[in-house]
Amino acid sequence: MQDLEPLRAKYLGEIAEATDEAGLEAIRVAALGKKGEVSLRMRELGKMTPEERREAGPALNALKDELGAAISAQAAALADAALAERLKAEWFDVTLAPRPVRQGTIHPVSQVMEECAAIFAEMGFTIAEGPQIETDWFNFDALNIPPEHPARQEHDTFFMAREEGDDRPPHVLRTHTSPVQIRAMQEHGAPIRVIAPGRVYRMDMDQTHTPMFHQVEGLAIDRDISMANLKWVLEEFCKAFFEVESVELRFRASHFPFTEPSAEVDIRCSWEGGQLKLGEGDDWMEILGSGMVHPKVLAAAGVDPEEWQGFAFGMGIDRIAMLKYGIPDLRAFFDSDLRWLKHYGFAALDVPTVHGGLSR
Amino acid sequence: MKFTLSWLRDHLETDATTEEIAEALTDLGLEVEEIADPSAALGAFTICRVIEAVQHPNADRLRLCRVETWPNGPDAPSEEVQVVCGAPNARTGLVGVFARPGLHIPGTGVDLKPGVIRGVESNGMLCSERELMLSDDHDGIIDLPEDAPMGVRYIDYAGLNDPMVHIAITPNRPDALAVAGIARDLAARGIGKLVTPDVEPVAGSYESPIKVSLAPEVTESACPFFAGRHFRGVKNGPSPDWLQHRLRAIGLRPISALVDITNLVTYDRARPLHVFDAGKVKGDIHIRFAREGETILALDGKDYALDTTMTMVCDDAGPEAIGGIMGGELSGCTGETTEVFLEAALFDPIRTAATGRKLKINSDARYRFERGVDPEFTVSGVELATKLILEICGGECSEVVTAGAVPDSTRSYGLDPAHVTSLVGMDIPREQQIRILMDLGFGVQEAGGSMVAAAALGPAPSLVAPDLVGMVEVTPPSWRPDVQGSADLVEEIARVASLSKLEAKPLPPVRTGVGRQTLTPMQKRSGAVRRRIAALGFNECVTYSFVSETEAGLFGGGAAGLKLENPISSEMSDMRPNLYPGLLAAAARNQARGQGEIALFEVGPGFTGPEPGEQQVLATGILVGATTARHWAGTRRPVDAMDARAAAEEALAAAGADTSRLMTMRRAPDWFHPGRSACLSLGPKNTLAEFGELHPKVLDALDVKGPAVGFTLFLDAIPFPRAKSATRPPLSASDFQAVERDFAFVVDRDCEAEAIIRAARGADKALIAGASVFDVFDGPKAESQLGAGKKSVAIAVRLEPSDRTLKDEEIEAVASRVVEAVGKATGGTLRT
Repeated sequence: MQDLEPLRAKYLGEIAEATDEAGLEAIRVAALGKKGEVSLRMRELGKMTPEERREAGPALNALKDELGAAISAQAAALADAALAERLKAEWFDVTLAPRPVRQGTIHPVSQVMEECAAIFAEMGFTIAEGPQIETDWFNFDALNIPPEHPARQEHDTFFMAREEGDDRPPHVLRTHTSPVQIRAMQEHGAPIRVIAPGRVYRMDMDQTHTPMFHQVEGLAIDRDISMANLKWVLEEFCKAFFEVESVELRFRASHFPFTEPSAEVDIRCSWEGGQLKLGEGDDWMEILGSGMVHPKVLAAAGVDPEEWQGFAFGMGIDRIAMLKYGIPDLRAFFDSDLRWLKHYGFAALDVPTVHGGLSR
Repeated sequence: MKFTLSWLRDHLETDATTEEIAEALTDLGLEVEEIADPSAALGAFTICRVIEAVQHPNADRLRLCRVETWPNGPDAPSEEVQVVCGAPNARTGLVGVFARPGLHIPGTGVDLKPGVIRGVESNGMLCSERELMLSDDHDGIIDLPEDAPMGVRYIDYAGLNDPMVHIAITPNRPDALAVAGIARDLAARGIGKLVTPDVEPVAGSYESPIKVSLAPEVTESACPFFAGRHFRGVKNGPSPDWLQHRLRAIGLRPISALVDITNLVTYDRARPLHVFDAGKVKGDIHIRFAREGETILALDGKDYALDTTMTMVCDDAGPEAIGGIMGGELSGCTGETTEVFLEAALFDPIRTAATGRKLKINSDARYRFERGVDPEFTVSGVELATKLILEICGGECSEVVTAGAVPDSTRSYGLDPAHVTSLVGMDIPREQQIRILMDLGFGVQEAGGSMVAAAALGPAPSLVAPDLVGMVEVTPPSWRPDVQGSADLVEEIARVASLSKLEAKPLPPVRTGVGRQTLTPMQKRSGAVRRRIAALGFNECVTYSFVSETEAGLFGGGAAGLKLENPISSEMSDMRPNLYPGLLAAAARNQARGQGEIALFEVGPGFTGPEPGEQQVLATGILVGATTARHWAGTRRPVDAMDARAAAEEALAAAGADTSRLMTMRRAPDWFHPGRSACLSLGPKNTLAEFGELHPKVLDALDVKGPAVGFTLFLDAIPFPRAKSATRPPLSASDFQAVERDFAFVVDRDCEAEAIIRAARGADKALIAGASVFDVFDGPKAESQLGAGKKSVAIAVRLEPSDRTLKDEEIEAVASRVVEAVGKATGGTLRT
């Protein structure tokens, strides 16, 4: 038996020097193919004596395995190198801007309405809605504002045109969401707790007024609800809405035809450095009107004022949105300037909840 | 309503500071809007003496004055200052008012600086009344009596240091349009004692030569009562300083003594008066409605055309005054007036308001009459004015003439003090409630009938029997026409007791435990749709509910009943039929600002009819221009109808609609491109949404540069599930191999994909899990290959067996059924 070492050294050397898959295959064929050098040597085993075979057999097999493994290892190394080369060529300018994804926004009015809904839900208020073209009865009479009441003139009402031959009093664009309270009481009776958010209309247009704006009104009727409860509800609302630890509210006597007693509500604030801070400072800012629902209003809505009593309040959604989010100009709310919508708008997934926080 | 603190003190004895008074007023519901303190503007002007005035060396009209001033107050040593003065009355020994350099001169708006006038130094100014904004007088500088105290503040000496308070009056408080009424509120609050003097009647010395009669039609309500008085031998010059100052302080211009007196009484007691020059009154006074075609030249110098609903004060020649609103020019008082007829009448609030609105006249008289004046103070008003006229203008007065009668406004309401406490949520003791009402002039009786005498209440509430409970009967005073029930009494008690003392009490929860859903399904739906559309990259807008007539007309609106009677502008004249006009106008505005990719949406009402409730909730989105900004990856392309359809389907899914069951119906409204729009319908009739490219003519009319596409969801039309259950049906996922086979059909050019897909799916409902179009080959090139009017539509059909692996023969069988079904439905053949 000839020494296998030269054979081994030759092939291991060739394998190590192979630079591509084809070269490596040629080496495999030359060594381990049917007519390969190692294979031919293995055929010779048959001609050997048993003693010789006992020695040469394992040696040849070991050589065959070693060369096979070396070829596999070299093939893997060559593949890795080729991949590395390819990946190197696949360089891409990752500093480019990605394909654009359009970002939508939610209008501040919608967002703040949802914030109000979330907060008042905590206190058991549901949401009531109603028509925006209203009869003068729902908008005025039912709210204890009879025709020719001076308050009717102060409402700057939009009237709907009447078709010829229609002699009813003209319908109006609701000047407040109070008619929704009447409709809600008519439908559900007492006890009741609702808020009524929505569009309202007044004939007024200047720096700080738009002919359409948004209100949220609240109504709570039960057997023994008092103005003190109203104050608590408003305090709770203001703390939650403005996301402050404490607020101080001041009830100031006023007059609304639909409530007795009536109060304007001021909130303690500071405007130091042009920045509004609530709950501190020496200024008072009027934020809403409120009062105990007038017995005539309850009666008009089919609720017995001898048995039931409660409060109502109303505030401007656009206004509290401006205060909370520092939005300077009311008119821009309705101008739909994309720059404004993107700047003051809210992300689609920023759903305000009490447990998750109202704002980011 | 404006008044000064010294005026208030005529009615209220008090030691309270201005701040305390202001705070109490606001708290009482008489909201202080402004306090103008004259000392802020005039506090630094002091009394001085001209030691010597000589001719200016270089100017004929100027004088050089050596002025003695007291810069450190009257008790400190004086200083001499040189002042150049152009006033003709500047003279040696004059006592005047000095302004030192650095002061702001309110009448000229100039900050005074030391200067050199024609070569001579001037270190201050001697002031005229106009320069201090005290009057229009600029004929000379202020010329004070020689005994005026040197060096003191001029406003203190002249009694001008009198803060003016401006309060907002709610419509229910006609009584607070009188200084006396404001004092009454403050006294009830405990800020001092009400000291309004009683009005003493003045005996007349002759019979009025002018008689008064009420036409029958006015006695019922328009003018039930009229009181008047004749004066003769009066002299109507300028009113005295105190009166002029008082009026000027509240922003009224003094006119003449007679007119100023009527204004004083108007503000002092909310009792409007009018004075006629009796010499110009022809015959007697008649109160009647105006006659057709009558006109009046009013005191404001304007001619007014009258109608037959207006109450007029007339003489034999015609209308001389618009009742309760404004006098006439022809019978107005002048400096020559020597005979006067004074009017105090009762005019109906509603009619006065209507007349004032029609004529567009706002006056102090109208303001009071339309809120309601105190009927019981009519003759007293005459008497109060009489006293002032005789004092200031001299002469003598006739007996009072009256016509009609003061209507009886007496009424009473039961009040349960326990109910007051329950409503307000604040413990206001019964005796305090009664005291408040009595302090405001209300009569209070125990329900048994005995009047609660003020004495019985004693000086302190503790003297009242503490065990007294139960109802009281309350009679409002004549000056509170607004009080129309016990609820109004509660308000009076609450505001005087002070709502600022109210302490919050928790509102008991509706139920214990975890809260329930508070949104209705519809509210939840609109919220979900809003957020879904925003998540698709649209920016939410809130646009006006009213649009122009043209815009409404373009979108199916503009009906007569949906127009506003009184639009704020022609751009906002019609209720919007839908949300497109507002959004497209917004798009045009944004395009004008250079925005090229616009995606806007709104969720809001569209108005379908003029009756309440004829509105529907719409969710509309528009896409205008390109899909994205220019981008290296070539993502930019013009928006098309399929973009709108995609958004509509996503939004419909968010709204809870089953989009797999929708049919595409070519019946979108006129404002869409007729070939590139459709409705998504549940069954043949129920349109849930519409989408498409907007009509080029519509875009043109709204100045929108296309392309523009849009979609609208009709949120009310989408059915809610019949029974709500959170449980889902079990998932059926097959373990057997799914197979996808592709087919290309040659069909007519106008064959719709939906028909091919529906036919393919119907070929084997059990096996076929889905089918979709993956290629459309159409256009001239396709027609050249496939034949004129043809196109190729390639679909992928997915087979999902549930119980076995499909054999080739089975697959082939299904495939041929697909080809057959599509062929039958569309006439299409397999492309070879």
